[in-house]
Amino acid sequence: MKEKRKIGRGVCVIGAGMSKFGMFPDKDSKELFVESFKETVESVDKGFDPNDIDALYLGNFSNDYFVHQGHWAPIIADAIGHTPKPATRTECACAASALAFKEGVFAIASGFYDIVLVGGVEEMSKCNTAEVTEGLAMAAFPSELVAGFTFPGIFGAIGSAYFAKYGCTKEDLFNITIKSHNNAKLNPKAQLPFTIRDMMNQKIAKAKKKGRTVPFWNDEKEFLRDPKANPVVAYPMSLYDCCPISDGASSMILCSEEIARRFTDNPLYVIGIGQGSGGGLQSPTNDNITSLEATRFAAAEAYSMAGLSPKDIQFSEVHDCFSMAEVIDIEDLGFFKHGEAYKAINEGQTKLDGSMPINTSGGLKCKGHPVGATGTGQLHEVWEQLRGEAGERQIPNKDLKIGAAHNLGGTGGTCTFTILERR
Amino acid sequence: MEERTFSDISHGKFLNEDKLMASKCKKCGAVFAPARPICPKCKSQEMEWTPMKGTGKLIAYTCIAVGPPMMIEEGYDRNNPYCSGVVQLDEGPKVCGRIEGVNPKEPETIKVGTPLKVRFLHRGEGENIKTYLAFKPE
Repeated sequence: MKEKRKIGRGVCVIGAGMSKFGMFPDKDSKELFVESFKETVESVDKGFDPNDIDALYLGNFSNDYFVHQGHWAPIIADAIGHTPKPATRTECACAASALAFKEGVFAIASGFYDIVLVGGVEEMSKCNTAEVTEGLAMAAFPSELVAGFTFPGIFGAIGSAYFAKYGCTKEDLFNITIKSHNNAKLNPKAQLPFTIRDMMNQKIAKAKKKGRTVPFWNDEKEFLRDPKANPVVAYPMSLYDCCPISDGASSMILCSEEIARRFTDNPLYVIGIGQGSGGGLQSPTNDNITSLEATRFAAAEAYSMAGLSPKDIQFSEVHDCFSMAEVIDIEDLGFFKHGEAYKAINEGQTKLDGSMPINTSGGLKCKGHPVGATGTGQLHEVWEQLRGEAGERQIPNKDLKIGAAHNLGGTGGTCTFTILERR
Repeated sequence: MEERTFSDISHGKFLNEDKLMASKCKKCGAVFAPARPICPKCKSQEMEWTPMKGTGKLIAYTCIAVGPPMMIEEGYDRNNPYCSGVVQLDEGPKVCGRIEGVNPKEPETIKVGTPLKVRFLHRGEGENIKTYLAFKPE
């Protein structure tokens, strides 16, 4: 590693908001972002005048494909009355808005701007599942696509290697799914706010009502083992290992440290920020197929900048586009040793009341994954947890000071790690 | 043989000729398939072509029930899944390919570590020929 990363002047988060995530046939990207923007402005404790925003950085992966419209930064700038001030789009697949956040931090740290709006938006549900799968696949490497890989397939393949190496099984991954659903039930913004047990009861009630054979499962794991209830998408990834198709927007207001307390007595400080790139399944610079080089690099940079180690992070949102991704993320971020995360998950360590809560929001799996909105959406959860505003899903019995978010694009082509602190 | 650039297009042309070729860094000796013009290990731009034996072992795989349009057109679907994998060639590079000669309906029977040999799947004809890299157990 080169010399320690540092930024020119301190940057704070003073406001955060997000639209509800879900499938909204009657809402478009502008409406979703406006919903997020309004909440973001209202979240600033001492009030905020949107005229004070110097610039907008907007993450969007591929509305170009999903709704056949490009050039989203000025469209959103126009929708929120920001024109003629600058608006810039960032694109790096599912990590698009974590990069918008990073660009916003750089803009302020450099002294060029004092207050910026960062966020992301994606509108996916106007396409059917096959179209979305094809659209998302555009973020994979060409060599992966010609071999027939899809994204569930890519993370399934990583899973097969992980299983063979460490003895983890599909059953172990069920605990991630169950945990994500339990957390999402407590999140009013989540797309799938129900437990696996709720889903089982719903299927039983539906069968009774329609006079069909009533299904029976002893417990959640038996339900997840049932190929009718949980069909394979790309072995070993089944339906409940995969995040849904989502629409949504998220946003945050950043400003320089010197002026942050004008807006709130409870700002969050950006103390670590890292980004890495990776070459996918064939990467010649990554010897370990069960680990993402981009995550390892991003984490090392962020920890170095913050002067922290993994044990200092009290909770984290991580990019669980698939259950298998959550396992390797929390190993690559250093929260658990390689080959041991699945055991920690089985022990309950990553639950809301565990020693290292992961994806308290419900994660991409259950909160939803409107790809361009996910990065700042994850940081929105860190904002709510650190400020004690997470309601029923507030992490219990901890004085939260430091939280983080890990965002991943493509086959680990782009990964970011961002650490926020409450002082 | 004409001079070919170290590119994905050249890689495709060699596949059409039933050849799996790699680029070898003249400076550090690292081998890359598909061929690449710049060595990511030592940053050298001096490469030479080297043939791969076409043997290796399976290091990761998946059996896909919901495939992309390209695979649906070939008749794959939920009832007829296909296997894609990552193969570590004996010379070192990792390459993605379709895995044949296994049973994608029973994915647990497929084993990481299985020795594999290259196959070239030709699709289309004449000018439009395209060749996909595949592997099957030896």
